[in-house]
Amino acid sequence: MSTHSVGHVSAQCARFDEPLTLKSGAVVPAYELVFETYGKLNAAGSNAILICHALSGHQHVAGYTDPERIKDTLGWWDNMIGPGKPIDTEKFFVVGLNNLGGCHGSTGPSTPNPATGHPWGADFPLVTVEDWVQAQARLADRLGIDAWAAVVGGSLGGMQALQWTIDLPDRVRHAAVIAAAPRLTAENIAFNDVARQAILTDPDFHGGNFYQHHTKPARGLRLARMLGHITYLSDDQMAEKFGRRLKGEGIGYGFGVEFEVESYLRYQGDKFASWFDANTYLLMTKALDYFDPAHATDGNLAAALAKATAKFLVVSFSTDWRFSPTRSREIVNALVHNGQDVAYAEVASNFGHDSFLMKDEQYHAIVRAYMGRIET
Amino acid sequence: MTENAIALGRPDFDVISGWVQPNERVLDLGCGDGSLLKLLIATRGVRGWGIEIDNAGVLAAIGNGINVIQSDLEAGLSGFEDGEFDHVVLSRTLQTVRHTQRIIEEMLRVGREAVVSFPNFAYWKNRMAVMAGRMPVSEDLPYQWFDTPNIRFFTIADFDALCDEMGIAVRSRMVLDEKGNTVVEEANFLGSLAVYRLASG
Repeated sequence: MSTHSVGHVSAQCARFDEPLTLKSGAVVPAYELVFETYGKLNAAGSNAILICHALSGHQHVAGYTDPERIKDTLGWWDNMIGPGKPIDTEKFFVVGLNNLGGCHGSTGPSTPNPATGHPWGADFPLVTVEDWVQAQARLADRLGIDAWAAVVGGSLGGMQALQWTIDLPDRVRHAAVIAAAPRLTAENIAFNDVARQAILTDPDFHGGNFYQHHTKPARGLRLARMLGHITYLSDDQMAEKFGRRLKGEGIGYGFGVEFEVESYLRYQGDKFASWFDANTYLLMTKALDYFDPAHATDGNLAAALAKATAKFLVVSFSTDWRFSPTRSREIVNALVHNGQDVAYAEVASNFGHDSFLMKDEQYHAIVRAYMGRIET
Repeated sequence: MTENAIALGRPDFDVISGWVQPNERVLDLGCGDGSLLKLLIATRGVRGWGIEIDNAGVLAAIGNGINVIQSDLEAGLSGFEDGEFDHVVLSRTLQTVRHTQRIIEEMLRVGREAVVSFPNFAYWKNRMAVMAGRMPVSEDLPYQWFDTPNIRFFTIADFDALCDEMGIAVRSRMVLDEKGNTVVEEANFLGSLAVYRLASG
């Protein structure tokens, strides 16, 4: 493991005292962003890669945080990033951060509001993908990075990579937009809303200010995660993994855990609810719903992307029905229409939307080949 | 042939190079590892994109820095708008495509001109092979009958007839022998590979 891992890592924290005006008009007076870095920034500052996280991700992308518990504390994209890995830390300086509004150390609903001394809770403003790009740009300034060699992300992270190329075209040379979409469909928003309703209607939610009540809407968050989790998997994969297998000896004619898939989902839901913040979950799903760079150009995605000067790698996965290959092709088609540089791979994978986190030979070879050509 | 085309063993690439201009937008259907686009970008200064379905081809093309889009040609070019490209190229692939007319129509919809190259089944050596009772195997038809990707068997004369029937204008035609030399007379007999430049009639 040590030969291909960035090893023992720890997070750093950057504080920003200049207020950040959000797309909604709300102002975050000051904020902190926690981040991790791997590899070395070269003298020209030209080998930096930003990794943008998805709904439940964070700054801990690669390596491990506890040498005693390496396997349990591995970063969420450790299979992709490290020495000799597709995103090679021998070549690149890689930055992972926890986005504004997150719950892994960066300023968000669960961190103290300086105005009250209590957690922000319901008072924390909703944040958009555009806002994240602005906050990430300030982190780039702080790290001495004028332009990213690449901004890379899967799912909601891919949307941030896309937004970077539109909002700050001079500051991103390549964008890897993986398992993403140019905007959510009604079906996607519907799934998100059911997840939100599960949280919002949990009696322990207390209008978002559950911290003061020393409780949390664990039931709602658990349900939200269970629903979300189903949409990140594929039908085939679930059939293969669980089928109709029973947990116990036979059918019990009751509502306890009977099928293995029930047991799995409840376990995943419980685990998630134990460490994730419900307000952050709400905020992240809203950021997803609001994302629509083509809104400003009357729905014309090509027009929205016309300003981009980056080169693109777009990757989709055959069984991803949350953000299907068709959605990635919308991005590709818009870029081709504009005469922009784009490589697109549609990877045959059995793991649905979560494929972007999996170690797949073709997928990793493609990222490796693309990253290998980036000049630093 | 130029040194590049010789190195690639693809004399039709030279012909295609001569038909594109700097800064034109070129779409290469079935681009493989992107060799043709790489050549056209390097020697003619075009802007290129390629379509490829095969995993190994897509990976190699990305390694070559080519704008490759992984997609199935049979699914058509529906993602592209009318007239988006100056040239749409289909080199040595038409004989492997099921929906022959549709792909040609689509090429001429998204491109100002279509460039098509294909092996001529009426080449004299191929005729000899069939006369001798065996399916032809040659420089331009390098497969055995049981492992060939080719599903459409046609000749230069057949293709001319199809263009006529579809109302397609043949702007240029170059016919090459197995060595890559230009064939002028008796093309359908002496030509092993044909390269056409087409436009809507």
